[in-house]
Amino acid sequence: MTDTASTTNYLNSTTGWRSWLFTLDHKRIGLMYLLFIAISFGLGGFFALALRLELINPGKLLFTAKQYNQMFTLHGAIMTFLFIIPSIPASLGNFILPLQLGAKDVAFPRLNLASLYIYVLGAIFCVYSMVAGAADTGWTFYTPYSSTTDTSVISMTMGAFILGFSSIFTGLNFIVTIHKLRPPGMTWFRLPLFVWSLYATAIIQVLATPVLGITIVLLVLERVLGVGIFDPALGGDPILFQHFFWFYSHPAVYIMILPAMGIMSEVVSAMASKKIFGYRLIALSSLAIAIISFLVWGHHLFVSGQSDYAAVIFSFLTYLVSIPSAIKIFNWVSTLYRGSIDLRAPFLYFAAFLFMFCVGGFTGVMLASLSLDVHLHDTYFVVAHFHYVMVGGTTIAFLSGLHYWWPKMIGKMYSEFWAFVAWLFIMVGFNMTFFTQFLLGSKGMPRRYYNYLDQFQPLHAFSTSGTWVLAIGFLIMAFYLIDSIMNGKPAPANPWGATTLEWQTDSPPITENFHDTPVVTTDPYEYGVAKS
Amino acid sequence: MNAPDVPIQTHQVAHHFATAKQEFDSAKFGMWLFLVTEVLFFGALFVAYGFLRWRYPEMFVEAHRILSWKMGAFNTLVLIVSSFTIVMAVQSIQRNRQRLAQRYLGITAALAGVFLVVKYFEYMDKIHHGFLPAKFFSGVGVSEHLHLFFGIYFTMTGLHGLHVLIGIGLIVWLMKRNRQGHFYSGFFTPVEMVGLYWHFVDLVWIFLFPLFYLVG
Repeated sequence: MTDTASTTNYLNSTTGWRSWLFTLDHKRIGLMYLLFIAISFGLGGFFALALRLELINPGKLLFTAKQYNQMFTLHGAIMTFLFIIPSIPASLGNFILPLQLGAKDVAFPRLNLASLYIYVLGAIFCVYSMVAGAADTGWTFYTPYSSTTDTSVISMTMGAFILGFSSIFTGLNFIVTIHKLRPPGMTWFRLPLFVWSLYATAIIQVLATPVLGITIVLLVLERVLGVGIFDPALGGDPILFQHFFWFYSHPAVYIMILPAMGIMSEVVSAMASKKIFGYRLIALSSLAIAIISFLVWGHHLFVSGQSDYAAVIFSFLTYLVSIPSAIKIFNWVSTLYRGSIDLRAPFLYFAAFLFMFCVGGFTGVMLASLSLDVHLHDTYFVVAHFHYVMVGGTTIAFLSGLHYWWPKMIGKMYSEFWAFVAWLFIMVGFNMTFFTQFLLGSKGMPRRYYNYLDQFQPLHAFSTSGTWVLAIGFLIMAFYLIDSIMNGKPAPANPWGATTLEWQTDSPPITENFHDTPVVTTDPYEYGVAKS
Repeated sequence: MNAPDVPIQTHQVAHHFATAKQEFDSAKFGMWLFLVTEVLFFGALFVAYGFLRWRYPEMFVEAHRILSWKMGAFNTLVLIVSSFTIVMAVQSIQRNRQRLAQRYLGITAALAGVFLVVKYFEYMDKIHHGFLPAKFFSGVGVSEHLHLFFGIYFTMTGLHGLHVLIGIGLIVWLMKRNRQGHFYSGFFTPVEMVGLYWHFVDLVWIFLFPLFYLVG
């Protein structure tokens, strides 16, 4: 272990475009994933800005109603399938998992590269769908509309189908890696909590994604052959589609949030320089969330015509999710108690996460109650709720992890001042945009509507102006991160004084990750314990 | 242990594994996980099947008479035998009998081919009589929703057939590598993995056959 950066590392050990396109190094693959995910985020964000702009006034501003439908579909599909599902596992997870584990690579490096190319192929299908008469069904592709609309549902859903395989292969790779590639002394309860969360995520990826795959195949066959399973005119049932779809897509919500929670566990411990409080409970609550996630899909169908009896059970099971989630929140807050808190960017985003994830979580409990949901279903309240979880939770945690591991990945320090400015813009912009939508939803503004009553106009305008503040925040971040690659100060091996294994190798790491295979003799978060 | 039948290219353990056993265990565990995803993939289809059969029980009874249970039973037998021959292929490699393994792999691929040929004749018969999914349905029957049966029939057996086709490709790939001497008692991971896959494909058919051909 050295504090001076060695001259060769994974970034410059080999050169030329071939050495990147055919690399089997999990770090390079993670970095390429990060690039593609950032591009997808930009694209999805562009559609978000455009559709919010249209909503600044009632009636037509720039787009027709059909174009508006296509834009919210593209926004949802791109942000879900191309950005948020792969975001943390495929980019940060790919890079950090073997390092935290003390392994040389993931178990199947070639499968890992394949999953990147499958991701790119799926993205090409989605982009093709954009130019070939974009789908206007919403990202949920509900039948019978999706089996009858004349827009390009097939290419968009095939894109999602292909992206599903990318997700499955990543999850499969991670499970085998965690089981089989732990070095001597790395027992299950010495795994960093980010690894635990990726493990729970991978279980969902492997078990839930195939069901989405087959659902999409059935939808495509419905359009091509008229198989009829989802079509009431042919004797099928469209509600069956909703069951199939949410059997995947509800667990998918936990594919998004679980790794985010893992990042938060790492960041809170490192930035407070304190051993994590309740390690085992945080680790096991990840598994609990993964298991419960499979049993709650029916809460998307409270008003779709499932039996009241089923609805009551699904409502109860949905409440259960709040228990492991709350366990994590309380443990993080307890970790902060008497810690020496370092208020740099990763921690700022942790603080933002804590606040916004709680808002998202509490409103989730509200929506899980049947009588309230009947009133709030398909309103802006739901839109605000899941944006607080997906953006306020997952994306904010992703940014926290990005800043936390940026020095390790790139080997350069970003500007702490500009990071603070960007954080401020993102916090203010996000809450302007989405807190407003809680108000809109509770007053009865339905989601996905192109037009609305005049009385909603001031709140819509305020929400739209929030998106611009949010966009400025992300632009500032893009600038200072790109600037740091060229002009940043070289990063030390361990800028945060953290204790997990990835900080014990160089920044950026060498191709083999570690000079010698690490031997683990302590728990991952032994802060305040003298190191030999 | 026998001496190998053919010149062997010794297997190199990949750089990120400590031992050959760790490498083999990882591959096997990964393959089982992949099969779990396959179970869920087909699992959703079985749920769809169950839903339709629950809703239209009489239609299913009528529709299954249109299928030839004799051809289905013959194909079931073919696949069960092929499962046996691929096990023998794996076992032959483990005993360094590469030539014998090559023969067993060849028989397995041929049996898979027989399965697909029988399936082809079955499909042609249904297509000829118009027993197809709704958009192309022109068959004659009593029940109103016969097209639903053939919708799910063609979807499930079609996807299964695709898996058989992929299996043939994988077995041919194994035969090519075996001829080059890649497999021996110390390294037979791909043979074992394809074997697992092939058993899964057979197993799906073991469920499809009674559910479509033997409805009571």
